Amino acid sequence: MGLSTISPTLLVASLMIAATPILLAALGELVVERAGVLNLGVEGMMITGAICGFAAAVGTGSPALGFVAAAASGAALALVFGFLTQILLSNQVATGLALTLFGLGLSSLLGQGYSGIRPPPTARFDFGPLSDLPFVGRVVFGHDWIVYLSLALTALIWWFLTRSRAGLTLRAVGENHEAAHALGMKVVAIRLCAIAFGGACAGLGGAYLSLVRVPQWTEGMTAGAGWIALAIVVFASWRAWGVLVGAYLFGGVTVLQLNLQAAGVAFPVEYLSMSPYLVTIAVLVLMSARSGRRALGAPACLGKPFHASQ
Amino acid sequence: MTDALLSVEGLTKAYPGVVANDDVSFAVASGEVHALLGENGAGKSTLVKMIYGLVRPDAGQMHLSGKPHAPASPKEARAAGVAMVFQHFSLFDALDVAENVALGMETPPPRRTLARRIREMSEAYGLPLDPGRIVGDLSAGERQRVEIIRCLLQSPRLLIMDEPTSVLTPQEVRILFATLEKLSSEGTAILYISHKLEEIRTLCDGATILRQGRVVGSCTPAEKSAAELAEMMVGSTLSAPKRARHEAGEVALEIRGLSLPPAHAFGTPLRDISLTLRKGEVLGIGGVAGNGQDELLAALSGEMRSPAGRIELAGRDIGGLDPTGRRDLGLLTAPEERLGHAAAPDMSLTENALLTAHGRERLARHGFIDWSKARGFAERVITAFDVRTPGPENAARSLSGGNLQKFVIGREVLQRPAVLVVNQPTWGVDASAAAAIRQALLDLAAEGAAVIVISQDLDELMEISDRFAALNEGRLSDPRPAEGLSVEEIGLMLGGAHDLERPGGDRPAARPASDAGAAEAHPS
Amino acid sequence: MIRLEKRPQPSAIWKTVTPLLAVILTIVAGGLMFAALGTDPVAAIRTIFWDPLFHPQYASYSRPQLLVKAGPLILIAIGLSIGFRAGIWNIGAEGQYIIGAITGAGAGLALYPSEAWWIFPMMVAAGALGGWLWAMIPAILKTHFNTNEILVSLLLVYVAENLMASMAVGALRNPEGGGFPGSRNLSQWPAASNPELIAGTGMHWGVMAAFVAVILAYVLMSRHLTGFHIQLAGQAPRAAAFAGVRPERLVVFCLGLSGALAGLAGIFEVTGPAGQLSIDFNVGYGFTAIIVAFLGRLHPAGILLAGLLMALTYIGGELASFTLGIPAAAIQSFQGMLLFFLLAVDVLTNYRIRLGRTEAAT
Repeated sequence: MGLSTISPTLLVASLMIAATPILLAALGELVVERAGVLNLGVEGMMITGAICGFAAAVGTGSPALGFVAAAASGAALALVFGFLTQILLSNQVATGLALTLFGLGLSSLLGQGYSGIRPPPTARFDFGPLSDLPFVGRVVFGHDWIVYLSLALTALIWWFLTRSRAGLTLRAVGENHEAAHALGMKVVAIRLCAIAFGGACAGLGGAYLSLVRVPQWTEGMTAGAGWIALAIVVFASWRAWGVLVGAYLFGGVTVLQLNLQAAGVAFPVEYLSMSPYLVTIAVLVLMSARSGRRALGAPACLGKPFHASQ
Repeated sequence: MTDALLSVEGLTKAYPGVVANDDVSFAVASGEVHALLGENGAGKSTLVKMIYGLVRPDAGQMHLSGKPHAPASPKEARAAGVAMVFQHFSLFDALDVAENVALGMETPPPRRTLARRIREMSEAYGLPLDPGRIVGDLSAGERQRVEIIRCLLQSPRLLIMDEPTSVLTPQEVRILFATLEKLSSEGTAILYISHKLEEIRTLCDGATILRQGRVVGSCTPAEKSAAELAEMMVGSTLSAPKRARHEAGEVALEIRGLSLPPAHAFGTPLRDISLTLRKGEVLGIGGVAGNGQDELLAALSGEMRSPAGRIELAGRDIGGLDPTGRRDLGLLTAPEERLGHAAAPDMSLTENALLTAHGRERLARHGFIDWSKARGFAERVITAFDVRTPGPENAARSLSGGNLQKFVIGREVLQRPAVLVVNQPTWGVDASAAAAIRQALLDLAAEGAAVIVISQDLDELMEISDRFAALNEGRLSDPRPAEGLSVEEIGLMLGGAHDLERPGGDRPAARPASDAGAAEAHPS
Repeated sequence: MIRLEKRPQPSAIWKTVTPLLAVILTIVAGGLMFAALGTDPVAAIRTIFWDPLFHPQYASYSRPQLLVKAGPLILIAIGLSIGFRAGIWNIGAEGQYIIGAITGAGAGLALYPSEAWWIFPMMVAAGALGGWLWAMIPAILKTHFNTNEILVSLLLVYVAENLMASMAVGALRNPEGGGFPGSRNLSQWPAASNPELIAGTGMHWGVMAAFVAVILAYVLMSRHLTGFHIQLAGQAPRAAAFAGVRPERLVVFCLGLSGALAGLAGIFEVTGPAGQLSIDFNVGYGFTAIIVAFLGRLHPAGILLAGLLMALTYIGGELASFTLGIPAAAIQSFQGMLLFFLLAVDVLTNYRIRLGRTEAAT
């Protein structure tokens, strides 16, 4: 075995697979943070989505229904967070952590008896003869529909945030909720919608892990993917295309280190396994080192509680 | 009134612990500029928020053009033809002008059309504005234009303006008034909220005066003297603060060519600031909000440190010292924002007394806090400055603005500063508290301390300053003796014309500043 | 319609009542969850909260476990709570706990099989230093590059876990262990062991350290200017800067302190109850301590009680899975639920709940 066994075609194709869960979760969190809410519960929502999607897909035999169930469960969990932070005005950092801790516990509870089962396969999107093209066929036209959905979602969120009236309102709420309220925008309702959307995306991302990427259910299988998604939003300077770049970069590192592990490189496996986390930290440092909020593009009201008094 | 555009009858709104509006009635006709006059806390803001649909009244009714007007949201109010320019701007710093305007409209046109209409509208009303600029980079006056243009694009029948001139230079005020007069001549009614009496006498056709949530009178402002209006508004005559003339002593504080970068993304850098402050004098620093006031205070308090040789306290270089080190040497400060900057909202007054006084008042030994001593100091501040509170264990946020401000100023004054720097000492404070604070500052100077008062209230500055300087875009003008400065001269200083050449084409509005001080009400 | 109305100042009564209310709500909701799992809810609750202490058969085993489990939870939570008070969110205590165990055990094992008396104290110091250094990574990155300490400290947990795995199969593997992963058993090496100090109580040096930490933290937070500045920085950062607090120093102090305490918990655990470094050494104390810190209202005395209660749910959970077949994971969701309820009822401390639209006018 050696490095020569790593095929670039497979590398790029599996990079996209590895990046998709994080891309989905990070896109959802992007919308949430643009609305001025910091939800640190991405990890909890992802893993809940992973098991709910897995259970639904195994139960019904339909991966599509699995993804629907995953999105619904992620959104439901997110709305618990939304209720606590937006209605009961609890601390967003603490509540997000609670969501993660609760989600991890809940998922392993729900996952009893699902270990070792294989889920129904998620179909590849049929592009006909295009998929038979060399390299391009596998890399561009050889994926399941969720990969294309995540790419479409990136474009959609970009359009929504920069071009649509509703997106402008959402950004306004995240920039200055007092002013938004004074202009008559429903700050809490808008934020709750964003939070639910973020939860649904995180749930989808989780289900992609358990239904396609692995595909299996194991406890704690997200292994920090939710946290990496949070970091990618910072990396992306709160922009949709930046999220795509960040997620694919991360996917690249993950796939590369897995391939190196498989190729039996003379380097301890543990150090390869920690590399995605180290790369994420390094990238965070690089992005944060640029001074000032504005350079970063963080919404001004990120994480601040809003209570319409008087 | 039958021809009233807006009529308000018996409007009442209560909050826990306070009745903001009690049975308020008045009417505004089309094309009328109507003033709502009252002190801070008189209920003006609550009243207009009800008209604009942000707050729902508990009782009473409103009619707009004879039809019942009960907006459940600002959206409904806007649909009915009511627009509002807010006191604290309802703008989004990170968005550009066109986006900000679009957010205030129900059905904004496509961006390109909107940008064109913003340009047209701003030229028509003499309020130049570039639709593509980021709002956070604009000056206070330009930001207000964004709000006004946003309102005008909806062709309102009633325009509400909440304290619009508090952020403007006298020259900008003139432009604003011209705009408002043009609007009223086109038939738009304007509801103008202010406590600046001279402005109201110049601009408004009618006035309703509020005190403690009730209507206490209405009049035609031009027919009343400013003193009469002030008495109606405050409910009693106010005595001007007493000041003893004294000779300026030796140099207490010296700043030489100080330049500092802005503290945050939308801040103002300090540019080449120099001043000499002597013992026993009060130096007033005027300027429109956002021209470097916060940064100057931070540079003096030690929150921002300066390069060596720029700031000297009694001959000692203090540029590298932190706030604690500067306090030990006798340089004390009181920032503008009471809650969250000068005081911690959720902490008790005892804890807030400890916040700045632990060093000079020896409230801690080897880092261990003497709580009973801290409580004693808080009680001294409360007694000496007549702070209305049940006791020092109460949280800072439970105090009214005026009482908390007295506490914050008192906390510094009682520490016997050599130099005291205060920013907006009476902002949002009722008249009696403001008078007490100004007197305390004058007394401190009379005892030999040097005092810098940074304020946007020119009347206040003219009243208590020995010398006056202006901040403009982070530059400080040369200080000039306050006595005898005319409004026109002050306006030019504020606008950045430091050499005071009188521009030829300008109308000289030669009103001596000392008159203005007496004519406009002191509470601000 | 329910409306929230801000209190003029936080209610002292609700501040102490809310944790109890949250525990009661959690027991009710947990009971429903157990019923949904097909277990008798009353039996389940009794097994979790009562039997570990009073069951004639199991209590003799499980009672000492209370202090064994509460020790690290309290020690870590005390450190975290001080940072949380300052608005500095170290959520990577699990990683600092692991690194403390690795550095402490590594320092000791380098001298194996010496029997010098100072080996154990030296290992404790090395453990604290290791945790401190691991926490310095997010601290320095935050002060120098303004990097978010929440994400960095958390991501470092995964790095620490991989390091632990590498140590257990590599550098620190027991040479006499027949190739199995895991270090030498430290609890069987007298110079390095952290034994039960009073038989049958579960008391070991780590529990002692936790109690000392509670007392010192109380003095720091309520009597010392540093504690005052920490609270000030958390509540009103601008006021803290105005008072002369340097935020970067607080970041280093708070992260360093919580890292050192987590490292201490790690070295006491690896030399005592766990006995050796192994791949499954860490069981989530670093994360559960976050719940303990909040449940204890970030107050040292509260954390002491919350740590004991949370330890009880751990032991009770094990007992319940043993006697009633409740999955071990159920207890984890139970703990998460507790934090949810606590955050939810916390609203009562700062706000009054008003029904209807009419407001009292005074």
